[in-house]
Amino acid sequence: MARITLEHLRHAYGPNPASPQDYALREVNHSWDDGGAYALLGPSGCGKTTLLNIISGLVRPSEGRILFDGQDVTQFSTEQRNIAQVFQFPVVYDTMTVYDNLAFPLRNRGLSEDVVNKRVPEILDMLELTSRARKKARGLTADLKQKISLGRGLVRSDVNAILFDEPLTVIDPHMKWVLRSQLKRLHRQSGFTMVYVTHDQTEALTFADKVVVMYNGEIVQIGTPAELFERPKHTFVGYFIGSPGMNVFPVAIEGSKARVGGMDIELGYAPAVSANQKTELGIRPEFMELSRSGMPVRIRKVEDIGRLKIVRAEFAGQPVSITLPEDTEIPAEPHVVFRDNGIHIYADSWRVGREA
Amino acid sequence: MLELIGVTKTVGGQTHIHPTDLALERGSLNVLLGPTLSGKTTLMRLMAGLEKPTTGEVHFDGKNVTGVPVQKRNVAMVYQQFINYPSMTVYENIASPLKVSGESPDVIDREVKRAAELMRLTPYLDRQPLSLSGGQQQRTALARAIVKKASLVLLDEPLANLDYKLREELREELPKIFSASGSIFVYATTEPSEALLLGGNTATLHEGRVSQFGRTISVYRHPRDLVTARTFADPPLNTVPAVKHGAAFMLGDAGVDGASRLPVPAHLATIQDGPLTLAFQPHHLSLSEPFAGAPRLPVTTQISEIAGSESFVHVTHGNSRWVMLAHGVCDLDPAMQVDVSVDIRHLMAFGEDGKALAQVPAEEPARAR
Repeated sequence: MARITLEHLRHAYGPNPASPQDYALREVNHSWDDGGAYALLGPSGCGKTTLLNIISGLVRPSEGRILFDGQDVTQFSTEQRNIAQVFQFPVVYDTMTVYDNLAFPLRNRGLSEDVVNKRVPEILDMLELTSRARKKARGLTADLKQKISLGRGLVRSDVNAILFDEPLTVIDPHMKWVLRSQLKRLHRQSGFTMVYVTHDQTEALTFADKVVVMYNGEIVQIGTPAELFERPKHTFVGYFIGSPGMNVFPVAIEGSKARVGGMDIELGYAPAVSANQKTELGIRPEFMELSRSGMPVRIRKVEDIGRLKIVRAEFAGQPVSITLPEDTEIPAEPHVVFRDNGIHIYADSWRVGREA
Repeated sequence: MLELIGVTKTVGGQTHIHPTDLALERGSLNVLLGPTLSGKTTLMRLMAGLEKPTTGEVHFDGKNVTGVPVQKRNVAMVYQQFINYPSMTVYENIASPLKVSGESPDVIDREVKRAAELMRLTPYLDRQPLSLSGGQQQRTALARAIVKKASLVLLDEPLANLDYKLREELREELPKIFSASGSIFVYATTEPSEALLLGGNTATLHEGRVSQFGRTISVYRHPRDLVTARTFADPPLNTVPAVKHGAAFMLGDAGVDGASRLPVPAHLATIQDGPLTLAFQPHHLSLSEPFAGAPRLPVTTQISEIAGSESFVHVTHGNSRWVMLAHGVCDLDPAMQVDVSVDIRHLMAFGEDGKALAQVPAEEPARAR
C-alpha cells in the first residue's frame, strides 16, 4: 500500500499547449493518504480518466511528477508500479473456470498454490461466487463476469493501489446495491489504497472517504461526502452532487443582503465580493420549504416520484426545484422560505463563505 | 392504439413471453420496468414487428398487424448504444428520416431545427456524431426518432450509457417532448427511479410476465402482488414475515418471543388474522418521527450508502435485512444499535400466495395526455 503524491501534474494531449484550455488536466498538486479510499467524480471529459491513466502509468504527464511513498514512479510502466486495475468492461478468460480466473493474477506473479488456495476462496466467498467456482467463465452474464474482474483486482494483497475505472457500468441496479456495499466493506477490511473513477455520485460518495470532484480538467473540490453536500465550494459541485442539483441564480450583494427580483434575502453576514464579480446565490432543493408565509413563489409542476415530490417552480423570475417529503400538502397560495444553513453565496462560481 | 392480445413468444421450447395483454393509447408514455432478461426487449421487438408472436395478435388502431414486418410499419427505435450515421453531420442525421419520406427542404429544415432545439443540439448541427460526447450522440439519435413522427417510438434503455446528471435532465425533458408528439412511446428501463421520474404508465415485468400495468405512481404505491412491489423497488423492498393477531402484527423473525410488533394501521384493519408478509419502502423507515406516536423498532446498522441528497442505511432487524432512507449525508457507523420508526401508514401486506391483502383499487393507465 502506498501514499500517492501528485506533484504539479499537468497534461495536454496536443503538442505545445499555450492556454489553460489546451490542458485536459490543469494543475493538480495533491497527496493522497496510504490506505485511503478516493473517488474521482465528474462528467465525461472532465479529466478524471486522464488523471487515473497518469496514476496507472498508461499516460505520461506533460508536466509534474507522481510519487508512490516518496519514490518517483513517473517513468515507470504500469507493471513496475505494482497496481491492480478493474475496468469498465469485464476482463476474464472465457475458457478458464471462475476459480482459475481469480487465481491467475497470483499464479502469474509466481505465488504458491498455498497462497492461491487461501486467497481465492476468500474472494469467491466475498463476491458470492463460491457455488460457481468450478464453472467456466464462458456463458456467464455480464454482471457475473464483471464480479470476476473485481475479484481479480482484489485478489493480490501486495499491490500499491487498486484503481477502478467505472467498474459498475454494466451491472444491473439490483446488483449495484450489493457490489457497492461489498466494495466499501472490502476497503474497510483490507486497508488498500483505492482510487475509483466514476460519473455516478452514489458510487463515489458511498465508496470514498474523500471525493475529488473534477470539472473542465480541474479539481474543484476535495471533500468528504458531507462537505460536498453541505458546503459546495464551486457551483459545479452544487449542481453535480445531489438530485436535483443545487438551485443557483444571480443576485446582487448589498452588505449582508442578497437582492433578487425586488426581494431581499438576509444573509446574516456580508460576503466579501467585489463589484466586478458575477455573484450568485445557491440553495439546495432540500433547504427550501413551501409555506403559507415567506416569499411568493409560482408553481409550474409537481412531480410525484414516490418517496418525495419535486416541485418545479419560479422564484423571482428564476426556475427553481424544491423537494418535499411524500405526504406534504402543497399550500394553495404558496410561499417559500430559505433555511439559513442552506444559503451559499458564490462569486465567479466560487463560494464566499461566512468563514472567508 | 397499440394492442397486444394474448401475445406469447417461445424460442426453442423456452417461454420468453407469457400470455400478455396490453393496450397503449396514442400520446401515452409507457415504461417497461424489469431487471435484465425479464423480457423487456423481446416485448418491444414484438410491438415493433421485429419478431412475430408465437401465439396472439398485435393490433394497431384496430387493425391486425401481426406479422407485418417493421419496414412496413411506422416505428422508430432508439437503443442503449448510440446509433448514428458517422459520415453525416448531426443535421443530416436528424434529417435522414424526413428525406426518406420525401419531405420538402423547407419542412425538413424547420423540423430538424425544432428537434435540435428540444435536444439542445443547435450548436452542433454541423459536427459529425463521433466528435460529440456520448450524451450529444444519444440526443442526436433521439432527435431523429422524434422528427420521424412515428406512430410508435420504442426506446430501449436509451439513457443507460449517459452521465447521471445528463440522464436527470433528459428524464425531466423527455415527458414534455413525448406529450407534444402524439406518438405512443414505450420506454424500457431496469431502474425504478427512472420510471418514477418519467411518470406516465408502467408495466412491471418479471420473468417474461407483465405483473401489473397502470399509472406509474399508482403501480408503485399499490402493487397488486409482491413480485410487482419487488420489481418496483430500488434499493430492494423491505420485507418481514409476520403474523396478524388482532390489532398487532407480530414480526415473526426477531427471535424474541413477541417482543417485536407493529400496530395494525387503519388501511390494513380488515384483513384476517394469520401469517403474511409485510413490506415497506426505505423512506418509510427513519431515524426521525414521521408522525406523532409512530412505532419504533430496534435495528443494527450495517453500512451506509450515500447518494448526495439522500443516504441509504442498511440495517438488520432479527433475520431481516432492510434499507432505511435518511436525508442528506448520513454515514452511520456499522454495528450500532438504534431505534428507527416505521411509517405504518404506508405499510403493505401480502398473503402467502404473494397477492396484496386489503387491495387499494389501482388507477387505470393514463389515456392521452
